[in-house]
Amino acid sequence: MTDARERLAGVPAQAADLRHHRTAFAVVAVFFLAAPLVLYPVFLMKVMCFALFAAAFNLLIGYVGLLSFGHAMFLATGGYVSAHVAKIWGLPPELAILAGTAAAAVLGIVAGMIAIRRQGIYFAMITLALSQMMFFFYLQTPFTHGEDGIQAVPRGMLFGLIDLSNVWAMYFFVFAVSAAGLLLIYRIVHSPFGQVLQAIRENEQRAISLGYKTDRYKLLAFVLSASLAGLAGATKVLVFQLASLVDAHWSMSGEVVLMTLLGGLGTVFGPVAGAFVLLGMENYLAQLGAWVTVVQGAIFVVCVLTFRRGVIGELGHWLKKPL
Amino acid sequence: MDSIFGVPTQALFGQLLIGLINGSFYALLSLGLAVIFGLLNIINFAHGAQYMLGAFCAYFLLNKTGIGYWWALLIAPLAVGLFGMLIERTMLKQLYKLDHLYGLLLTFGLALVIQGLFRNEFGSSGLPYPIPEALTGGHNLEFMVLPNYRAWVVVASLAVCLGTWFVIEKTKLGSYLRAGTENPNLLRAFGVNVPRMITLTYGFGVGLAAFAGVMAAPIYQVNPLMGADLIIVVFAVVVIGGMGSILGSVLTGFGLGVIEGLTKVFYPEASNTVIFIVMAIVLIIKPAGLFGTQK
Repeated sequence: MTDARERLAGVPAQAADLRHHRTAFAVVAVFFLAAPLVLYPVFLMKVMCFALFAAAFNLLIGYVGLLSFGHAMFLATGGYVSAHVAKIWGLPPELAILAGTAAAAVLGIVAGMIAIRRQGIYFAMITLALSQMMFFFYLQTPFTHGEDGIQAVPRGMLFGLIDLSNVWAMYFFVFAVSAAGLLLIYRIVHSPFGQVLQAIRENEQRAISLGYKTDRYKLLAFVLSASLAGLAGATKVLVFQLASLVDAHWSMSGEVVLMTLLGGLGTVFGPVAGAFVLLGMENYLAQLGAWVTVVQGAIFVVCVLTFRRGVIGELGHWLKKPL
Repeated sequence: MDSIFGVPTQALFGQLLIGLINGSFYALLSLGLAVIFGLLNIINFAHGAQYMLGAFCAYFLLNKTGIGYWWALLIAPLAVGLFGMLIERTMLKQLYKLDHLYGLLLTFGLALVIQGLFRNEFGSSGLPYPIPEALTGGHNLEFMVLPNYRAWVVVASLAVCLGTWFVIEKTKLGSYLRAGTENPNLLRAFGVNVPRMITLTYGFGVGLAAFAGVMAAPIYQVNPLMGADLIIVVFAVVVIGGMGSILGSVLTGFGLGVIEGLTKVFYPEASNTVIFIVMAIVLIIKPAGLFGTQK
């Protein structure tokens, strides 16, 4: 309980927090700016998109305590809408991404209003069910082209100036989008709004008794998380020039849960590390083929049983500084 | 009278029957989830994988040892239930003091492992399992042909559901279970071995899933992924019914199966999604679910 109180009045602690977080942000940024010298840029772009996706998911589970098992629906919605806008309507990439994000936000409002009516385990089941409904919708509706997906999505000219078909232009664009998204999430978590969210996580009844309309806070957090997941999906579609049903499937929702769990729930940098480790494993252990599912499941089991802090959580614990 | 609302009666009753069959499985599976949730407070995400294990158990019994359907109906739930108890003893037990969401994550991981292993071994196409000899053929009821096996599935599932309801609501053992749901510490003070009861309850819930799996084998074939999508629909059924009442979850299971069957007749495009739509509507009108009580 004292913990909860400290979090509610935790504003003074932030000055110290910010300093080492700044260093950590710089380390991560330098890593992603230097990494393409060694690693395959398309792989790194995928990592950055998924890092943003996982960070958006983490905003809910880590700071509001809501486990969404249906975040794939926002990733897929952002992806499909921006692919359609860029390919069929022929609009430039910035507008395509904006449209995808907006569509995910609208879906977030609807799904959020339904899902926040229950808590805990029910919330997870409801989001999973809604996401499965969207999967069938995208399977049947004509504009997504079913199993084929929307292929050959043009990357286009950013602001009419920068040709994104150049891999470096695309790389730095994805870097900028992901960095902006992560900084925004950081800002949200450390704002007064974020403090209220954490108060709701610690003790919702008390937050209500203090006069906060917790449902509104939860809905807003849900919509923000959904929009950022949509932003990640829209950006990812431009990278791969493909929007497909894989993004909408429940296994994608499971994957983002696993990334965040592996990196560390409720840590700032956990989702980035989780995305990097998990995608790296999938990429470089591709010869495992169908065993990837088994390995993923095993990581889930090990993380839950023995490694609940995750990679970054453990690191932060060891450094005695929350990361 | 050979058509209703422009739909041939044959098709209508055919889909109604399929709806009842699906409903039998929804009811059995959501019952198992509710029993486990009542005492352990976790949602068993591995339920679909355990349902699949039941079907595979029947398949192995038949093809490796020649043991047929009727014995499989007994052996498979026991074997898979024992496997479940092993999981509970070694893994789930460690999570009771933590947030209940960890139980969900652990069982999700287990489901991925189990389904992945079976898919590597058996691919994702179905393996055939024959209908037991005593139940082949069908009866011609004036308006449709009723296959015997399908009638048996509906009757057997109803019987198991009502039997479970009777044990939990009307017997001494059931009163311990309900007491354990309300206040496990007090029940322990009365000298009941609660941890053992929890293990047995989990085993029983898992056994119900395996029982459903054996019954499903002749209808849907034996497939490593047979439970993967089904479990999501069953989650929606559980949310609609609420987990407060046993009879409620049984009724919701059958009801939604029928609704789904009718949707296939009148608006087939929505047949995959109708249960999720019903879930959304119920949540808006009655957030606790039709038979649930919100804490």
